[in-house]
Amino acid sequence: MNPGKAYRKRSFFLVVYIVFALLPIYWMVSMSFKSNAEILSSFNLWPIDFTLDNYIKIFTDPSWYGGFINSLIIVSLNTVMSITVAIPAAYAFSRYQFIGDKHVFFWLLSNRMMPPAVFVLPFFQLYTMVGLMDTHIAVAMAHMLFTVPLSVWILEGFMSGIPREIDETAYIDGYGFVGFFFKIFLPLIKSGVGVAAFFCFMFSWVEMLLARTLTSVEAKPIASIMTRTVSAEGMDWATLAAAGVLTIIPGAIMIWFVRHYIAKGFAMGRV
Amino acid sequence: MNSRSKPVNQKAWLLVLPVMLSVAFTAILPLMTVVNYSVQDILSPERRLFVGADWFAMILRDSELHEALWRQVVFSLSVLLIQIPLGLMLALSMPTEGWRASAVLVVIALSLLVPWNVVGTIWLMFSRTDIGLLGVTLQSLGIDFNFTGDPVDAWITVLLMDTWHWTPLVALLCYAGLRSIPGAYYQAARIDGASKWAVFVYIQLPKLRGVLMIAVLLRLMDSFMIYTEPMVLTGGGPGDSTTFLSQYLVTMAIGQFDLGPAAAFSIIYFLIILLFCFALYNWMQRIGFGNKEVSK
Repeated sequence: MNPGKAYRKRSFFLVVYIVFALLPIYWMVSMSFKSNAEILSSFNLWPIDFTLDNYIKIFTDPSWYGGFINSLIIVSLNTVMSITVAIPAAYAFSRYQFIGDKHVFFWLLSNRMMPPAVFVLPFFQLYTMVGLMDTHIAVAMAHMLFTVPLSVWILEGFMSGIPREIDETAYIDGYGFVGFFFKIFLPLIKSGVGVAAFFCFMFSWVEMLLARTLTSVEAKPIASIMTRTVSAEGMDWATLAAAGVLTIIPGAIMIWFVRHYIAKGFAMGRV
Repeated sequence: MNSRSKPVNQKAWLLVLPVMLSVAFTAILPLMTVVNYSVQDILSPERRLFVGADWFAMILRDSELHEALWRQVVFSLSVLLIQIPLGLMLALSMPTEGWRASAVLVVIALSLLVPWNVVGTIWLMFSRTDIGLLGVTLQSLGIDFNFTGDPVDAWITVLLMDTWHWTPLVALLCYAGLRSIPGAYYQAARIDGASKWAVFVYIQLPKLRGVLMIAVLLRLMDSFMIYTEPMVLTGGGPGDSTTFLSQYLVTMAIGQFDLGPAAAFSIIYFLIILLFCFALYNWMQRIGFGNKEVSK
């Protein structure tokens, strides 16, 4: 087989997969620009009666856009808290040896193996007990269960890629630890922080079982508002599709920002 | 990562402390609660009876759960057998540089960032036989596709949905692994006149060992915990043909509020996942993927 032929074969496979990846999304986008009547009455490959009503409905109804705001608050809180606790720990793992370091590292990762469903019950009890039920912070903290281990893992990889000589030179130049850390070290690993933030975002934005369990009214994320609509009078397909499209947009923006580092983030982690 | 050259410093524990505290609150405390509940019959907050291993015995004898466990095992195995080779192939065919690489990366990662119940919703809209692109297309091709009525079709749809959702994760991991192989390896292979297949088996696969291990373990864990997507797509039906373990647990814990049995079930569930991961981890270490490189 000559290389050109092999290349074409591979590109063909890639194109087929991309079509497969985009078709369901295309279908949702197309439905979001149709009216419910059009969706149910006839089968059209693209919207015939192009309408923005579904989006207008979401942006004017507080129970809809409130869900987006709640989701964004939850994800931001989670990302900030996870990265804040993960950075010092990752630095410790990448720079020092201490008693039990390897065990702690793997134990952190093993938290990722517990099905969220296992925690539904105790989380409900725990957060009721401490009076945090139905708050954004409760969901953000619950999501730290899987975002913290992942952040430590990714940040540790990026930090280990930075030679220790940099630390030493900085001390010789008269920087204190704090000055060195914020002025020199953090800027060096900012792509790592970006990738870690991306993964925090990814797992917190998409998770829904714990989020649904821990919220009822005030802090309900968009994901659980959408399930409620599924069981409401008939199916409001059009609004559901529009809401679905809107939930993908923040993720797409996030990927665009970190696209050069995503692959690197995986490769550098302690695999 | 050469850990031997790192200085020993016990004060580093102070830097790990915030992580430990946060994990203690989100993981250890709840886990203790589960263990606590699993051995008690909670009639009301004031009245609890110690019942020992009764709940465990009850759960282990539950034939409905046995069936769900089988379904779960078959599902997870199918997921691994489809998504790992597919993700690997995808990673091998992804462009390596230029705007194409960025574009493909973004398009491929897209499905990972869709909220899980929206994944279910998308596929519900996509596969409906009256209004969905997939459903209507299959029907018009004369294929009797009906995922709400036919268990086999429901299974295929759930598997297809999961493949759509998670294959990109495998692909991204493998892509990252492939990028970290030094170009010198390929040059050496070219000088030796190695075939594409030989390059794959003797260079790429051994180098991908680490990322493949992570990919397999992540896919195993996550598919074993699957809840939201099939819940939205099929609601566990038709009958209970696509009802997986998590759904029983959630019904027990939240729906019926049977704290004791749900806690016992949680622990057994967790141990099963741990056991599978451990077994697979050991097996993958033993088969070794060709040369045994000393990985960090």
